[in-house]
Amino acid sequence: MREKILTFIEKNSRVSLHDLAVLLGVDETMVCNELAAMEAERVICGYHTLIDWDKIDVEKVTAMIEVRVTPQRDMGFDKVAERIYNYPEVHAVYLISGGFDLMVTLEGKTLRDISSFVTDKLSTLDSVLSTKTNFILKKYKDHGTVMVESPKDERMLMTP
Amino acid sequence: MRNPLNEKITTIKPSGIRKFFDIASEMKDAISLGVGEPDFDTPWHIRDEGIFSLEKGRTFYTSNAGLKELRIEISKYLSRRFHLEYDPLKEILITVGGSEGIDNAFRAMLDPGDEVLIPQPSYVSYEPCCILAGGVPVIIELKEENQFRLTPEELEAAITPKTKILVLPYPNNPTGAVMEKSDLEAISEIIIRNDLFVLSDEIYAELCYLEEHTSIASLPGMRDRTVVINGFSKSHAMTGWRLGYVCGPQEIMDQILKIHQFAIMCAPTNSQYAAVEAMKNGDEDVAMMREQYNQRRRYLMHEYGRLGLQCFEPFGAFYTFPSIREFNMSSDDFVLRFLREEKVAVVPGTAFGDCGEGFLRISYAYSLDSLKEAVGRLERFILRLRREAGDA
Repeated sequence: MREKILTFIEKNSRVSLHDLAVLLGVDETMVCNELAAMEAERVICGYHTLIDWDKIDVEKVTAMIEVRVTPQRDMGFDKVAERIYNYPEVHAVYLISGGFDLMVTLEGKTLRDISSFVTDKLSTLDSVLSTKTNFILKKYKDHGTVMVESPKDERMLMTP
Repeated sequence: MRNPLNEKITTIKPSGIRKFFDIASEMKDAISLGVGEPDFDTPWHIRDEGIFSLEKGRTFYTSNAGLKELRIEISKYLSRRFHLEYDPLKEILITVGGSEGIDNAFRAMLDPGDEVLIPQPSYVSYEPCCILAGGVPVIIELKEENQFRLTPEELEAAITPKTKILVLPYPNNPTGAVMEKSDLEAISEIIIRNDLFVLSDEIYAELCYLEEHTSIASLPGMRDRTVVINGFSKSHAMTGWRLGYVCGPQEIMDQILKIHQFAIMCAPTNSQYAAVEAMKNGDEDVAMMREQYNQRRRYLMHEYGRLGLQCFEPFGAFYTFPSIREFNMSSDDFVLRFLREEKVAVVPGTAFGDCGEGFLRISYAYSLDSLKEAVGRLERFILRLRREAGDA
């Protein structure tokens, strides 16, 4: 049941408890209890909104920064990751397999914001060996959702 | 000038869905609960294979029976999903949708005067295809109190010495009814005793919400007297690709193949390549779509309950079949008024047989948001009808 609840709210966290219970064919109290339990267990870590900021008059720049670091004794990558994710402007930090170690997603108002973060804060960390900054030019799809206009229903109105 | 037309075809009425479609399509901003096809796009990996086959220049005919690779994948799929065992080389034919299979099977099996039992309400093409093949349709009117399942008593009562084929349209369009394994066992004994054949239209087999679909061909003694119709339209959201298949004992399939060979040649090649991918890697897509349909089904049934609209609980396909008898109007009148006043298109039960009178087919092949909007309009409409009845 947990998987069904999560699969549904992953795409639509605004569904009401009542509707969710109807859709999954279970008792409303049960859905309520499961959600509360999963929030307490940090299975559910937050409820966010997917926004296409390009559509409104707000300047935002997003960069994905490839970071190579030296892992630290006893801590591996966790300590350096923590030092990076504690900055509020850092959106996401992933440990990555392949040619580099950490993928850091960063959001700022201007290019200058990003570049000053990289040069002043990120690169100066002792364990950071190198960085490579990639700016996002256009978001086509995010969180499994295509950001462009949704297609119209082109089916005929009545079919056998 | 002489009459250019064949007598049989002129006596056949066009599909009852057509006239409402013409009215609805004239209407601006009408919304619809009237379609019989999935709202999902064909999963991308399947479309991608279709595109790839075009890029590779696979624009030739395939063999009459269809790509061997596809028939092999279908035989594996039928075995894995429904415990059906068919020889991919001799007992599976790829057709242009399930509809072609229905037509071919009748033509291959019927002699003039042979009677075909057609339970109704059901899909619109069994009766005309039967007539065109020289058969005599005998309608079995299914009952809401039996959840529109075919009972042994109803079957037995309809059999005559001329009966040759029983059409078994489950999971059912338009009612959403299913026949569970025990229901099928109860009728299979009668079928065998009376030496009948079955045309089992299982196009909605993947959309069952109670127990997994059972094919009557998988029951003891039934394989050699059953022709199974299936396809990709509903299960894999591939209606426009026009691809289905027929399976049955070789004796029947050899003749069906001849009809297909001369009338069609072969099913569309790029659709067949796409379908190979659907069979190999499509099970998860099917499960995802089934889960979403099931959620919408629960939503609609819950809303009908709230509105006091009587409807037996359907466990298959993507249709509900609510009763509108409380409003004392015909299905056609209800549908027309609903369309004119609330701009919602639904299909009258009568489009699927006379015994569909007093019912509507409401499809849930729509997003939840669309369903909510439509249910809001339905609520307004039936409250108005009840108020009118109260005033009168």
